[in-house]
Amino acid sequence: MKIALLGNPNTGKSTVFNLLTGMRQHVGNFPGVTVDKKVGKINVDNEDHELIDFPGTYSVYPRSKDEEVVYRSLCNDQSINYPDAAIVIVDASNLERNLLFFSQIYDLQLPTMMVLNMTDLAKKKFKECNVEELQKLFPEAVIVEANARAGMGKDRIVNALSMFKKRQGHKFQPEIEIAMVDDIPAQEVETEARFKRIASVLHKIEVTSEKKDSRSNKLDRILVHPVWGYAIFALVLVIIFQFIFAFAAIPMDLIDGSFASLSDWIAKSMPEGILTDLISQGIVPGIGGVVIFIPQIALLFFFIAILEETGYLSRVVFIMDRLMRPLGLNGKSVVPLLSSVACAIPGIMSARTISDWKERMITIMVAPLMSCSARIPVYTLLIALVIPNDRVLGFMNLQGLVLFGLYALGTLSALGIAVILKWFIKTKEKGFLMLEMPSYKIPHPRNVMIVVWEKVRLFVWDAGKIILAISVILWALATYGPGDRMEDAGKKARIEFLEKGFSEEEVDQFVASVKLENSYIGIMGKTIEPVIEPMGYDWKIGISLITSFAAREVFVGSMATIYAVQDDGETNRPLIEKMRAEKRSDGTPVYTLASGASLMVFYVFAMQCMATLAVVKRETKSWKWPLIQMGYMGVLAYLAAWITFIVLS
Amino acid sequence: MTQTLSKIKNGETVIVRHIEASSLKVKLMEMGLIEGKELRVLYRAPLGDPMAIDVEGYVLSLRNDEADLISVDLNSSPE
Repeated sequence: MKIALLGNPNTGKSTVFNLLTGMRQHVGNFPGVTVDKKVGKINVDNEDHELIDFPGTYSVYPRSKDEEVVYRSLCNDQSINYPDAAIVIVDASNLERNLLFFSQIYDLQLPTMMVLNMTDLAKKKFKECNVEELQKLFPEAVIVEANARAGMGKDRIVNALSMFKKRQGHKFQPEIEIAMVDDIPAQEVETEARFKRIASVLHKIEVTSEKKDSRSNKLDRILVHPVWGYAIFALVLVIIFQFIFAFAAIPMDLIDGSFASLSDWIAKSMPEGILTDLISQGIVPGIGGVVIFIPQIALLFFFIAILEETGYLSRVVFIMDRLMRPLGLNGKSVVPLLSSVACAIPGIMSARTISDWKERMITIMVAPLMSCSARIPVYTLLIALVIPNDRVLGFMNLQGLVLFGLYALGTLSALGIAVILKWFIKTKEKGFLMLEMPSYKIPHPRNVMIVVWEKVRLFVWDAGKIILAISVILWALATYGPGDRMEDAGKKARIEFLEKGFSEEEVDQFVASVKLENSYIGIMGKTIEPVIEPMGYDWKIGISLITSFAAREVFVGSMATIYAVQDDGETNRPLIEKMRAEKRSDGTPVYTLASGASLMVFYVFAMQCMATLAVVKRETKSWKWPLIQMGYMGVLAYLAAWITFIVLS
Repeated sequence: MTQTLSKIKNGETVIVRHIEASSLKVKLMEMGLIEGKELRVLYRAPLGDPMAIDVEGYVLSLRNDEADLISVDLNSSPE
């Protein structure tokens, strides 16, 4: 049986979904529409039922493109997504509003189950629900009570799956039919009539014994306070970023080291040859390049899930909305933009919570401008190379100041570009907030864990396969060259450097460098040299610009290969010395303040991340947006780097 | 005196009189903002926008331009 899971937001719908399906869930697409579909399996009496988690909505009428899937799937029995039955989660503490949606589904003549959830919260609000009367109003529905957060009600729901009643045509509100999806005046009439009907029966089903819960209100006074509100939010951010940057470094170094040893081990223990090279230099580092981001992504979504579950996140949205709006963004853009400081991929994925299409698009388009953690190795190398380790004004470290400046440049340009995009992206829909602020709750461990698992899995599958594929392609381009050119150049270099009396190890490094120069990628680097010359770069930088399309940090490793030094992964001192000594044909150094700064600026802006592009494609369901994004960021990077070079030289 | 919800001070209780016809009207109604409903303005974000209101025991936040669509009467007999 195909069962639709429906309900208002904040009714505990996903808690019920997780409770019923556990880890037996996967994310797919609704056929024919562009919305993610979460499907879980429930097995009852050896029969598998498919539970489809629809977006949380307040009615069948959509308020965003994503929500249209509810109307299109349920209001048309010819739809491929049309379910055999529906489970509607109803918040017992807010019957009136929840009954609007429930009764719409009921009147659509689907076999319907009402899960009366959060009965404990209702009691706290001194509301009691008369289930008997409720059953009289909806005689053809199955009604069960649950308290999903406390894990209560699972058996009752599962048992009720076999009790769905065949529909005989009974309607709660028989006068006015559900309106067409685009007929707003008719929707108003229908909604009004339905609320009138609900109001006329509400006194029978809901007994309120005064007075309301004020705990949320007291906490809110602090959390949305003009001073404390922002101070607490800043503190929360500091804690999260401390975890993401400082503590995640421990597992990340471990992963980095393990994959490097694995590559070495494979190179040594497998027979020499192209297959060994492919595995040890292409595939293993490629997988390593994916796995290394997992600790940060998992930690970040762990915190975001907790903030979301507690109800705090909607208060952040509340205090940030007015600040973000002039930029064409939404209070809900805060989380995606902050996440992008770790990695744009989970950041862009978390923009899904923004129901307004335009605000969501702008958020996605500017998120990669926030300096992500893959840029740090590039910045660190270049800063050490061209910025003197001086003190400014007696106490500030110049190198640290430049690093901060790069982050600031990324953030400010993200906000600035948002303002520009606001004028370019057209939409008929008017931006709106209309956000329910749920009462504060203790986060549920299972819900948090499932969110983390889901995001990590999405990243590994979606971004991972692209990073891996590009790593392999780049490996091939760096391993092969036209004809015998590479081999010949390598042999010549070996003889030359051996004669000069270098050690075996040094000769190997020189040979690798000469071979890379004569590989396809070396030729590509030389081909683009005229284009990047105005920014002060040579073909060696060109090669690294191309290779770092897989992921930005690959820049450092490529530079190490080109300059024939061991990538020590730590201080890069040998590499920095070699780069410093690099001269142009006219004898001037390649890496000056001007070219170094220009390169840093280039990395601030350039869309050097195929995985992000792939995720943008997946999130926007079209190639248009990632292409625009790559285009505008590329132009911006080129111009800004060029101007930087001219100004500083 | 009828005025728009966005003008109401924090802590005051009002009754919804009318929602201006607009593309957002259905959405506002779905959130429980229907004629005759009692609302209490709880607090506002630091810059005075958006605002948070209590609708039958749940908290809803609205931007001021959304609240502008709602005409309300001050509730003369606060309970």
